[in-house]
Amino acid sequence: MSRIPWVPETTEPLPRVGESEGLLTWAASVDHKQIGIMYFIAALSFFCIGGLEALLMRIQLSRPDNNFIDPELFNQLFTMHGTTMVFLVIMPFLIGLGVYLIPLMIGARDMAFPRLNALSFWVVVFGGLLLYYPFITQSGATDVGWFAYTPLSEKPYSLNNGPTYWALALLCTGIGSVASGINNIITIITLRAPGMTMRRIPLFVWLLLVTSFLLAFAIPILNAGLVTLLLDRILEANFFAPSSGGSAILWQNVFWGFGHPEVYILVLPAFAIICEVIPVFSRQPIFGYGFMVGSAIAIGLLAFGVWGHHMFAVGLGVPFNTYFSLASMLIAVPTGVKIFTWIATMWGGKIYFATAMMFATAFVIEFVIGGLSGVAFAAAPLTWQLTDSYFVVAHIHYVLFGGSMFAIFAGIYYWFPKWTGRMLSERIGKCHFWLMLIGFNLTFLFQHMVGLLGMPRRVYTYPDLPSWNWLNLLSTIGACVLGFSVLIFIFNIFFSLRKGKIAGNNPWNAWTLEWLAASPPPVHNFDEVPRIHSARPLWDLAHPDMPDEPESFNTGVTR
Amino acid sequence: MNIEKNKLLMMFFLASESMFFIVLILTYAYYRSTAAVGFESTGGPTALTSLNPIRTGIFTLILILSSFTVWLGVKSLKSKRHSMLCFWLFITIVLGALFLYGQGTEWWGMIKQDITISRDLFGTTFYTLTGFHGFHVTVGLIMLLILFGLALAGDFRGPKSAGIESISLYWHFVDVVWIVVYSVIYLWAVL
Ligand SMILES: [Cu+2]
Repeated sequence: MSRIPWVPETTEPLPRVGESEGLLTWAASVDHKQIGIMYFIAALSFFCIGGLEALLMRIQLSRPDNNFIDPELFNQLFTMHGTTMVFLVIMPFLIGLGVYLIPLMIGARDMAFPRLNALSFWVVVFGGLLLYYPFITQSGATDVGWFAYTPLSEKPYSLNNGPTYWALALLCTGIGSVASGINNIITIITLRAPGMTMRRIPLFVWLLLVTSFLLAFAIPILNAGLVTLLLDRILEANFFAPSSGGSAILWQNVFWGFGHPEVYILVLPAFAIICEVIPVFSRQPIFGYGFMVGSAIAIGLLAFGVWGHHMFAVGLGVPFNTYFSLASMLIAVPTGVKIFTWIATMWGGKIYFATAMMFATAFVIEFVIGGLSGVAFAAAPLTWQLTDSYFVVAHIHYVLFGGSMFAIFAGIYYWFPKWTGRMLSERIGKCHFWLMLIGFNLTFLFQHMVGLLGMPRRVYTYPDLPSWNWLNLLSTIGACVLGFSVLIFIFNIFFSLRKGKIAGNNPWNAWTLEWLAASPPPVHNFDEVPRIHSARPLWDLAHPDMPDEPESFNTGVTR
Repeated sequence: MNIEKNKLLMMFFLASESMFFIVLILTYAYYRSTAAVGFESTGGPTALTSLNPIRTGIFTLILILSSFTVWLGVKSLKSKRHSMLCFWLFITIVLGALFLYGQGTEWWGMIKQDITISRDLFGTTFYTLTGFHGFHVTVGLIMLLILFGLALAGDFRGPKSAGIESISLYWHFVDVVWIVVYSVIYLWAVL
């Protein structure tokens, strides 16, 4: 049997993706750098939308018995804010960073599956549009909270189409996330440059590898929950309908079975950024590479066994509560190892406070605050007291804003020169940093207090009780400062794209491979990748007389 | 690593898919075992009263057999026997289609008895679990058909093909999932 020519041979050459900046070359791009930047643009746009939603809520809550917005819209706002920030801001930011940097850091030409990479991105964007579509229709967006507890999110209780679109949207972003997780794993396994063993890849890559496993194995749990919820809503199935014997609590188990690993999907890549920024600006290698990797793997594994700490208020019974309390507290150990590793890396180093380093330092402090309130929440009785109060809101924002977002800003200030060839303005950057730090703490620090005083979350207004009004007002002022600092950041991007200092290949004198490429890197990334001998290839190139020991993890102490 | 990247992609994809199925299977098992809110208490149809484990058992054997034939196909690919590869792919497709036919008649019979996805928890969990499995079989069949067409057109001369090898992995996965589903739904009912 010979090959049957179904289609006649053509002599036209394949259309080449030119170096021009046309819009189509972006939309059709399968280049990991362009996709990474598109992730960045999409995430930043959704960040502005989600931030605007938060500001509207804060204005409504600035004084008691306010009626700036009505309760229906308020419910939609907090639901959309949460969903947007988790699935359309932090995840795309972090996945996009990974997509841009992983191939460069391991000395590869591109991801293992460039087309799959593009698909992941566009499916996430499509999910975002699906989520926001009902906002412009009669029925309004989803208003059942970002975790869509059943039976509220079921048909008889939520007849509008919001929750249906919510589930479809998250299914889209979920498929995209699984695909990028698997793509990352295979890229890291198969495409490392000669000599780049798993003991020599940058910590950023290691932590993204762990994250990618979480993406590949935790997101399908959510997907299963979403399809069953959709079956309930569309085909009148009975999964979560108590009236026909279904269990509303089952949804909570499925959702948090995904939801807790998700917490680490949002925060491990943030750790990854910090692991790159802190050593470079302390001028010392990371203290304890092995500890950092080991603790990340421990966190990744433990993440699957602690979902019940989101359900202490359900009444699971003493044995379950005890188990979930203890298991959750256990996670504080590997997390603590990381904190101490960063501090030890800074210890005795020549610290240079560029904006990236300021954000990284602030990250460590804010994340410790969020982590401490998190460990407190691991005790079931404390949850009973504080559940559904503003204390929870404060906690999650210290972890996800003070944690993930601060790390993302550190990453942006650090890698922006690589992406664009120009430095972000340090003067505007410092202005951005201080305003954001003040605004953030003003907004959320006082929410701890108002939570302890008993103010419930997700209420559109509150009565004029002692201290509630001024604490809320402070929070709103903080939110406005925060919003203003984001405007400064966006101004900095546009300003620096035109007027920023030319960066050169390695403006920070960093040691990982991405700084060997030109800024911005050419389509093929590297003309030639040197053979890798240690975890700091650029150090070895710069100091051929005293290269790193091949597997030197702790050289920081001795050098 | 020596494993070809496309096969690796399929392996991780299937590992990820198994998490999806584990949730659906656990959901079925949860409602099956909590009798207070489970199937029997409603007095409606159950797996015991409405399903035929022998008839579906035969279709189960057919699916297992198709896993065997696709393995023979991969063996022929490795030994570069191209016409045998085409033959085994064809047999696999026929067996897979037979299994789907069995599923279809099962569903049709139940719907005629007025057992639907919205009737009660048994209907809900049964149709969801078998439905998502059936969907995976259908996707597998489509991919096998594409491979078969390409093979007829002269592709896959061996000894290696990432396409054939990863789709056969997928097909084994669908088979294994079905063995679990069959055990949980049909065998657990008679026990
Ligand atoms: Cu948790």
